[in-house]
Amino acid sequence: MSECKINKDTPWQELTIGGNIYEAGNAREFKTGDWRSVRPVFLSDKCKQCGMCFPVCPDNAIPVNKEQKREDFNYDYCKGCGVCAKVCPFNAIEMKEEGDC
Amino acid sequence: MSIRERLSGNEAAAIAMKQINPDVVAAFPITPSTEIPQYFSTFVSNGTVDTEFVAVESEHSAMSACIGAEAAGGRAMTATSANGLSFMWEMIYIASSMRLPIVMSLVNRAVSGPLNIHNDHSDAMGVRDAGWIMLFSENNQEAYDNLVMAHRIAEHKDVLLPLMVCQDGFITSHSIENIELIEDDKVKEFVGKYKPEHYLLNAKEPIAMGPLDLQAYLFEHKKQQAQAMINAKQVILDVAKDFEKMTGRSYSFFEEYKLEDAEIAIVCMNSTAGTTKFVVDELRSNGIKAGLLKVRVYRPFPAEEIAKALSHVKAVAVLDKADSLNAAGGALYTDVTSAMYVNKNQVPTVNYIYGIGGRDTKGDDIKGVYEDLQKIAQTGNIENPYRYMGLRG
Repeated sequence: MSECKINKDTPWQELTIGGNIYEAGNAREFKTGDWRSVRPVFLSDKCKQCGMCFPVCPDNAIPVNKEQKREDFNYDYCKGCGVCAKVCPFNAIEMKEEGDC
Repeated sequence: MSIRERLSGNEAAAIAMKQINPDVVAAFPITPSTEIPQYFSTFVSNGTVDTEFVAVESEHSAMSACIGAEAAGGRAMTATSANGLSFMWEMIYIASSMRLPIVMSLVNRAVSGPLNIHNDHSDAMGVRDAGWIMLFSENNQEAYDNLVMAHRIAEHKDVLLPLMVCQDGFITSHSIENIELIEDDKVKEFVGKYKPEHYLLNAKEPIAMGPLDLQAYLFEHKKQQAQAMINAKQVILDVAKDFEKMTGRSYSFFEEYKLEDAEIAIVCMNSTAGTTKFVVDELRSNGIKAGLLKVRVYRPFPAEEIAKALSHVKAVAVLDKADSLNAAGGALYTDVTSAMYVNKNQVPTVNYIYGIGGRDTKGDDIKGVYEDLQKIAQTGNIENPYRYMGLRG
């Protein structure tokens, strides 16, 4: 039985015992972005693509494309820790309260 | 041919473990169970077993190491008593909720304080709702036999729950009795190889165990544990049947000693049952219809079966070797009385707290209880159901 089929409507008889997960790489399915209370905003015009921000992201929430350039945040997983904003030498990441425009 | 041996209860447990030859034993010494890992470590040193023996720094670590070993796919065992079990408390629940069939020898002792190292059942009663199967043993033979049956029950695919085999500290753990051992190869064949369906060290199936389990899931996982405990009842009987085929020794949820035609009955567990049998024989020779129900399987609790077995008697006394300190009665008493109420078998039933902290329980004490029961059977009067046996004052 694959746990991919398990959701909040699954009856107890069909859950794996002890909540065991019999597949690898499933953290992808657990979107933790809604834990965020502050949100990093990417100011692309200030960004020099220096590459300081994405290695420090604990959630791998800064996608990097084939040209080795960073793209906008993946808010599905970003928890708003602010480490990226702290390391950015060019103030190209601004932390904003969630809910503010 | 089986082997006659003179062994203490602790030696009997250690020899059962030697014959089982588990993958991992992790234990920390505590009176009165210390000898079990001590004897076992000599088997390890002598190369009699190929078990990995982990001499941990605490009981919390002992249970943690067993959990790690069992989750990895190994067969893990440990032994402890009293405050050692208290120190395992957190991991006791983790073991059962992760559905790891770890087997433990629990040599019952009073949980301090004030500080006491002698026998009562307060350690076991503290974990009675932790999701472990609990077998109680009257004597050294039963402590041995229960351990030989343990893995077959715990590891059954319909069960997958940890199991503890209880025996009375000092009273059986340090008393030498003649017991009958089963040959090594027969035990090996009976217990069988451990082949878990899912385990952490299986390179072909990367898995995660013990994940976050919030509001949407924990309830259902607890129901699965509860169902496993229900399933364990049939498995316990099936394993006992196979065990009887091998040894001729028969086991069930409980032993009924001269209960069939009894008018008054005592319910108790572990070594007190031996003393009670002696008293029952004496009373029977004087024409008094006394009987005994000795609980072997305390978890799962055979509620319906106990209620049925006691339905014909006129008065029952349940002996608890641990006080629940709840102004109502001991744990075995509340379990037995609720079983009888729910199954509509109402028999006057009283509770005696006894043997606390190793207080000796003599034949005359038990006889006094049967005398009380005779009066209750005649009059039906119970002034106070929550009583003491052997307490001064």
